[in-house]
Amino acid sequence: MFKRIRFRKKKEMPPGLFLRCPGCANMQYKQDVDERQQVCPECNFHFELSSRERIAHLLDEDSFTEMWGDLAPTDPLNFKAKKAYKDRIEASQAATGLKDACVVGTAELEGKPVAFGCTDPKFMRGSMGSVVGEKITRIIEHATEERLPLIFVSGSGGGARMDEGALSLMQMAKTSAALARMDQAGGLFVSVLTNPTMGGCMASFAALGDITVAEPKALLGFAGPRVIRDTIKADLPEGFQTSEFLLEHGFLDMIVNRGELRAKLAELIGFCVGEDGKIVKKPRRGAG
Amino acid sequence: MAASGPSYLDFEQPIHEIEQKIEELETFADSTQLDLGDQIAQLRLLRDDLRRDIQSRLTPWQRVQIARHPGRPVAADYLEGAFTDFVELHGDRTFGDDGAIATGFAKLGERRVLVVAHRKGKTTKDRIACNFGSAHPEGYRKAILKMQLAEKYGLPVITLIDTPGAFPGVGAEERGQAFIIARNLLEMAKLTVPVICTVIGEGGSGGALGIGIGDRMLMLQNAYYSVISPEGCSSILWKTAEKASEAAAILKLTAKDLKRFRIVDEIVPEPVGGAHTDPATAVDTVREALIRTLDELEALETEQRLEMRYAKLRSIGVFLEDGVLEARRVEVGSTAD
Repeated sequence: MFKRIRFRKKKEMPPGLFLRCPGCANMQYKQDVDERQQVCPECNFHFELSSRERIAHLLDEDSFTEMWGDLAPTDPLNFKAKKAYKDRIEASQAATGLKDACVVGTAELEGKPVAFGCTDPKFMRGSMGSVVGEKITRIIEHATEERLPLIFVSGSGGGARMDEGALSLMQMAKTSAALARMDQAGGLFVSVLTNPTMGGCMASFAALGDITVAEPKALLGFAGPRVIRDTIKADLPEGFQTSEFLLEHGFLDMIVNRGELRAKLAELIGFCVGEDGKIVKKPRRGAG
Repeated sequence: MAASGPSYLDFEQPIHEIEQKIEELETFADSTQLDLGDQIAQLRLLRDDLRRDIQSRLTPWQRVQIARHPGRPVAADYLEGAFTDFVELHGDRTFGDDGAIATGFAKLGERRVLVVAHRKGKTTKDRIACNFGSAHPEGYRKAILKMQLAEKYGLPVITLIDTPGAFPGVGAEERGQAFIIARNLLEMAKLTVPVICTVIGEGGSGGALGIGIGDRMLMLQNAYYSVISPEGCSSILWKTAEKASEAAAILKLTAKDLKRFRIVDEIVPEPVGGAHTDPATAVDTVREALIRTLDELEALETEQRLEMRYAKLRSIGVFLEDGVLEARRVEVGSTAD
């Protein structure tokens, strides 16, 4: 510990050359991490990716066409605490160049047509308010309509966004209801869980994959570890709420390293779609 | 808070004082055989005025306190007072039987229905057995299994929501709290029988939503429904749970707010002062609202009703598109009660 503090104080270290890995707590060459798609070369910790990076790493080059990119948040509750929601939105927009925490569209994955979406953990912790819920719902509906497999990559430590109150909460219901219709139409939803995905996002669309995969060592769960610790007044077990923990308890199909994700998703989709690469049409079961 | 007799919230103290006075006068009248009927009646009128006055000025935080009042009618009161012939059905067929959610067949008037209710209990022992209404994954799994049973036999589903939230614990996470709640949202959306959800007390976030997808959403006048508890919001924003009162105000969690957001379809009025002042009337009002709502839903074609259910959920949210406000579902107006 002492050594590390001294290390950080060295003045000749150029800024941005090293970064500290939250997984192993060691300093890593940023270039090494960059070359491995933001994965720690020492401990395989997967750093958070922005939506831009995710699209670049996962989808075929230049295949992504964004949809509904102009949807923007408002402040329906007039939510003001220490900081006003309006100001927080503006700051996040300026920092990320995004309107809100979700990007959706169509793309190709090893030549296969897909509907794609992801939350951006760098925009208000990937939390879901009206815009995120609406875009997820629209891409689910689009995938259902066009018989496209849907891949959605969640990185939503913020869960349902507090600043939009019950409107955020109901986005859980909205996205899940859209997935119910997709399910009834025989659709394919591959949910990819990344660090961290919690609360209202984890307890709705992110948990509803027909196939669910996660990146290694991601924090995934319903309640935040601090809330649980405060409630039960005890320490949490080692590895609690990680991808490995969820796999062990039967909630994931597999854990896939970032570098292998594209090939694995393409392989999985190949088992489920028809020869034209689309969802095989099925008569709707039941009403709705 | 006293275990026996009525308990009073801070802002109810003036009412408490008048009630003490009434009691004193009654005792005095009994022992002396004096006729103090006029004075007592006058005090009662004064008390009712005061209640109305307090009711008209309730802050969101005071409503939260009323929603949590120990004398407020809970699932057991509704199962006894609003329904008849309740037959409890236990167990999730996978792990256990969660006391925090009660499920079973019942009659609502002449109709056979299935009831799913968060259970809080009335005594300390009960409350512990129900985990204070905080369900584990097995509770949500039990709920959806029984709802699917209702689906099979064409029974309408009535859910009564009253939870501080789904339980945040090690076991709950091990058994997939998030996954089970999510699955309930999806499966409830698929039900074809009429589903009415009523927030009778606390609507605590995902734990409430886990039995909260339906054709209609009713909410008692002093119930609250929120994405996070006021205490939780306070500790995120101010690093202390003590600003829950401010948090309750900014979260817009009252029935009136939820109606304005078109999340709630109907606000069920409570007796003046809150449901705890007259539980029987409160329960009866809910019963009437449920019967009336079920009449309306059963008058619709199933396909039409399911389209309406989806359309309602589909349209919740406020955002800008092409710079234009997409707020079809939010009424512009005051949130004051």
